[in-house]
Amino acid sequence: MSETPAIFTQNLGRVYKLRGPKKKGDPKTIVALTDINLTVARGELFGLLGPNGAGKTTLIKILTTLLLPTTGTARVLGWDVVHQAQEIRRRISMVSGGETSGYGLLTVEENLWMFARFYGLDSTIARQRIGEMLEVVGLADRRRSKISDLSTGLRQKMNFIRGFITDPDVVFLDEPTLGLDVTAARQVREFVREWMQAHPDRTVLLTTHYMAEADELCDRLAIIDKGRLLALDTPTHLKQRLRREAVFTLRVAPLGRRPLRREDMLEAVPGVRQVTVAEQDGATEIKLILDSEDALAGVLDHIHRRGSGLIALEKREPTLEDVFIDLVGRGLDVDTSVRAEEGD
Amino acid sequence: MATERVAKATGVRLFWATMWARAYPRMVGTFRERSWLFFETLLPVLAVSGYVFIYRAIQAPPAYTGFAVLGGAMTAFWLNVLWSMASQLYWDKDQGNLEIYVLAPGPLMAVLLGMAVGGMVMTGTRAAAILVICSWLFDVSYQVAQPLWLVAAFVLTMAALYGMGMLFASVFLVSGREAWHLSNLLQEPIYLVSGFYFPVKALGFWVATFASIIPLTLGLDAMRQLIFAGDSGLGFLPVPVELAVQLVLAVVFITAAYFALAKLEQIGREQGRLIERRR
Ligand SMILES: Nc1ncnc2c1ncn2[C@@H]1O[C@H](COP(=O)(O)OP(=O)(O)O)[C@@H](O)[C@H]1O
Ligand SMILES: [Mg+2]
Repeated sequence: MSETPAIFTQNLGRVYKLRGPKKKGDPKTIVALTDINLTVARGELFGLLGPNGAGKTTLIKILTTLLLPTTGTARVLGWDVVHQAQEIRRRISMVSGGETSGYGLLTVEENLWMFARFYGLDSTIARQRIGEMLEVVGLADRRRSKISDLSTGLRQKMNFIRGFITDPDVVFLDEPTLGLDVTAARQVREFVREWMQAHPDRTVLLTTHYMAEADELCDRLAIIDKGRLLALDTPTHLKQRLRREAVFTLRVAPLGRRPLRREDMLEAVPGVRQVTVAEQDGATEIKLILDSEDALAGVLDHIHRRGSGLIALEKREPTLEDVFIDLVGRGLDVDTSVRAEEGD
Repeated sequence: MATERVAKATGVRLFWATMWARAYPRMVGTFRERSWLFFETLLPVLAVSGYVFIYRAIQAPPAYTGFAVLGGAMTAFWLNVLWSMASQLYWDKDQGNLEIYVLAPGPLMAVLLGMAVGGMVMTGTRAAAILVICSWLFDVSYQVAQPLWLVAAFVLTMAALYGMGMLFASVFLVSGREAWHLSNLLQEPIYLVSGFYFPVKALGFWVATFASIIPLTLGLDAMRQLIFAGDSGLGFLPVPVELAVQLVLAVVFITAAYFALAKLEQIGREQGRLIERRR
């Protein structure tokens, strides 16, 4: 039994058909996932890192049986997501960040109790577990508050622990810290880590577009972009891929307009692999991934030729963001979702 | 290393737990939302009063007063079915609850039944309040000949009515925003066609027969015959016939609701409709 992986997918794909009236030329389908092959062992804290629109939620919804794949197969704890949904549902839970679920009229405790009963938990045991977990996340003093009186952050925390009250084998967390303040987000990460330590045979799959979160929390991680899985490894190994290359951050006087011709751009300087440029407080910040340090001279030369000058230069340890940039040529903060025209 | 597991019920016990868990918010809602209680009682009382004054002005048979009072009390259930059953899954989806329902091992049918049971309990308090207030205001006297039949009539009416609500819940969800329009559209005409404020017989045989599809029509008619035994001449069909029809309606609606839910889940999973959000 324990050999069956927690999660297994083979050539998994999902295409959405767009419904509703469309203008001529609008796409009729959106390819949200393509050929995802993934195996997550039991006991892993696994991360899916990718920008908005990468397909993270789609993958989670397929694994939690809320959405059917259009191609390929997926298994959770050995059960098929299409035909054995009921077996899976008994053993998993899912929470999405920014969730607004629950009934405003009920208290925190009552909402959680209701959801726990949907999983067949004994009423007394449910109450006891709810009490304990509210304590852990610092919500115990609000247990009797109606959730309509709660801030969105607290409400999100309540929904977050909903995912653990039912004692699941696999927990799916879709951007669990989305919109939370720094302290609350830290508490949430802390909770996940401690829960995994206390339950080494359970599995967590979480998605995030915060690279620091993925780096800090996950045992292994898949980087996905535009529905494709680009890399899959431990955070350390992923970053080591860039060890031989050189990662720099430069602050320079404003660079001015982007040159029109490709050969005049910074990207065209020999040895430059990836460039991201951001304007910041009257200066330009350039993040560079170079084939080697030798390319730096050419970069500085280029900057001078564009009438700018160096303010600061820092050689950095590569981050996951750099790994992502290296893979796809843009940062994680770019929203890549395809938006369908609203039907009405 | 295996960690200890929390026991979870399955099968019938899970169904039962799910049903009462879903009924719970509605039942406590009865007491937590006192302002609703006020409006949901006051407005029907005003509507009933309107009819009673008209009946008195046109010197309609005195039995009509009692008919309007009973009908007014039953409108509470109709409104509850329309607004809190038929449209409920639609709101639940918007709120993010539908996903949780589908995801949970507790059957969706139990969730729907829980909504119905909770709704009946909550609305029962409103209906009782309307009945008591109006009976006192207009001095209605009751003459119940066969209490067991009356109980049967009420139970069957509720089963058929809420069964319809359960069916509509799936239908409205799939039809999306139109659900709201449909609710609006249905509310007033049904008052008329179902004979909430007058005996449905007055509409003539064909209209009354057609209106019998709506579970309240015959249920209300049967209850009137049973509660105001002295005026049974105003009944549309014999009580046993009406109750038999109610039974058939209940079975048909609840069975249809079951299949509609299964269908809903299937197309939801295929088309991604369970997960989409308005952005
Ligand atoms: N229900 C849906 N119908 C149509 N397109 C969708 C739906 N859900 C997501 N998409 C599209 O699929 C792509 C992947 O979205 P999603 O899985 O939500 O990505 P992520 O969670 O990584 O932000 C996006 O282009 C998005 O617009
Ligand atoms: Mg997402």
